[in-house]
Amino acid sequence: MGVIETSKIMRNTIIGLLRNGKRLDERKLDEFREIEIIPDISKNAEGSCKVKIGKTVVMAGVKIDIGEPFPDSPDEGILVVNAELLPLSYAGFEPGPPGIDAIELARAVDRGIRESGFIDLKKLCIEEGKKVYSIFIDIYSINHDGNLVDASFLASVIALKRSFLPKIEKAYDDYRVVYGEKTKNPLPLQKPPFLCSIYKVADNFFLDANLVEEKVSDARLSVAFTDNTIHAMQKNGSDVLSTDELKVAVELAKKGIQQIKKKAEKFL
Amino acid sequence: MAYTKRFDGRAFDETRPIKAELGVVENADGSALFAFGDTVAIAAVYGPRQLFPQHLQNPQKALLRFYYDMLSFSVKERKKPGPSRRSLEISDVATQALEPALMLEKFQNCVIDVYAQVLQANASTRTACINAASLALAQAGLPMKDLVVSVSVGKIGESLVVDLTKEEEDYQEGGKKAATDIAIAMLGKTKHISLLQLDGAIKPDELFKAIEMAKKAAESIYQAQIKTLKEISKKWV
Repeated sequence: MGVIETSKIMRNTIIGLLRNGKRLDERKLDEFREIEIIPDISKNAEGSCKVKIGKTVVMAGVKIDIGEPFPDSPDEGILVVNAELLPLSYAGFEPGPPGIDAIELARAVDRGIRESGFIDLKKLCIEEGKKVYSIFIDIYSINHDGNLVDASFLASVIALKRSFLPKIEKAYDDYRVVYGEKTKNPLPLQKPPFLCSIYKVADNFFLDANLVEEKVSDARLSVAFTDNTIHAMQKNGSDVLSTDELKVAVELAKKGIQQIKKKAEKFL
Repeated sequence: MAYTKRFDGRAFDETRPIKAELGVVENADGSALFAFGDTVAIAAVYGPRQLFPQHLQNPQKALLRFYYDMLSFSVKERKKPGPSRRSLEISDVATQALEPALMLEKFQNCVIDVYAQVLQANASTRTACINAASLALAQAGLPMKDLVVSVSVGKIGESLVVDLTKEEEDYQEGGKKAATDIAIAMLGKTKHISLLQLDGAIKPDELFKAIEMAKKAAESIYQAQIKTLKEISKKWV
């Protein structure tokens, strides 16, 4: 499949369907594609997970190292989220340093995980002001068929859940990681967050856009929840949302999260 | 102590279990996964497609571009994302390893992009990537003269071995590095060499012995590649 170019005709077709509560692939507006979760895909990662949503495939892996804390949080571990939109995954992605889409994706995932308090960063302090654990989440798109955000977020949460701290050694006054040797200590985690993105085309709202739907959409709203609390939101795209529309979107996100939760439960 | 028995109990001329799968990236024109035991690589082919900027176009043949990289969590110590000097060099030599098998003159002005990613690494990653790429190119339906087959051989202590693991690559005797690592790619039928990289210390006659071992291993990988391609073609009929 080449680069997806959407026409006005395609956009109007999609809008026409959405108005009648229908979609190109016969899903309902609040219905996810098939979600598949495959944990532990890499032996060398501290934790890893592959998530498929329909034809979209994303891999996330956790690596843990030792670093120096930030001066404003001397007793907290460090979280770094990075995403790569691999040219392997879609003809429209090009090699090179992460573009704005990859950066936005990584930051949307970062905020949802950070603000939900899922990782208890205070428990990742080794020596206050000196040494803390650094948690790196790396996200890779393997096949892009829309809604990479939701897939990336879910893969990251499960990868964290499957992670074990590496063994560390103290030599003189310094700590270092013994690479390849994991402990049996999981990461200090709390309630898992879930993220669902709502897409807007004209005045229609739906979740889990595939690539064509994503290309014709005017705005995206990603919402990260733990239970009933919103921890992060990200609006993307140049169209505006009225307050009523925002309410619709948040309700729709809740519905989407129920579907994600159902699939994720056995891994959490 | 001499290296008389391999760490994982394999015979000296035996590769790790091979896994080959086609169509692992649906968007791509061709794609494949190839694994030597714990070393797992995928490759995806996009093209032939128009090449921009235009001044790169060659009116005589297509341009082949092979990109090798590793997922940051594919190795024990996190690899910083993005290309390194190492990955650029491997990309370059692997491009040249694949070129002899392709009929690039059929697609003037075009580009064929091959993206390979190491998902999990335990040495011999470039060879796994080349095998995956070769399968992906075939699945993309590109006219090819042959498949490219790649395998690593080496000398660990005094023993010649096929398909090195990380543990073997790092082998030491008396506190000194005692491993020679040779990455080889060859055309399936003729066994003519299209990639050869060596580091370590080895006598010429040992090198030629090692290459003979590589040829033998390559033949069984070649047969595995053919089998994989035939299986999928049956599925489509």
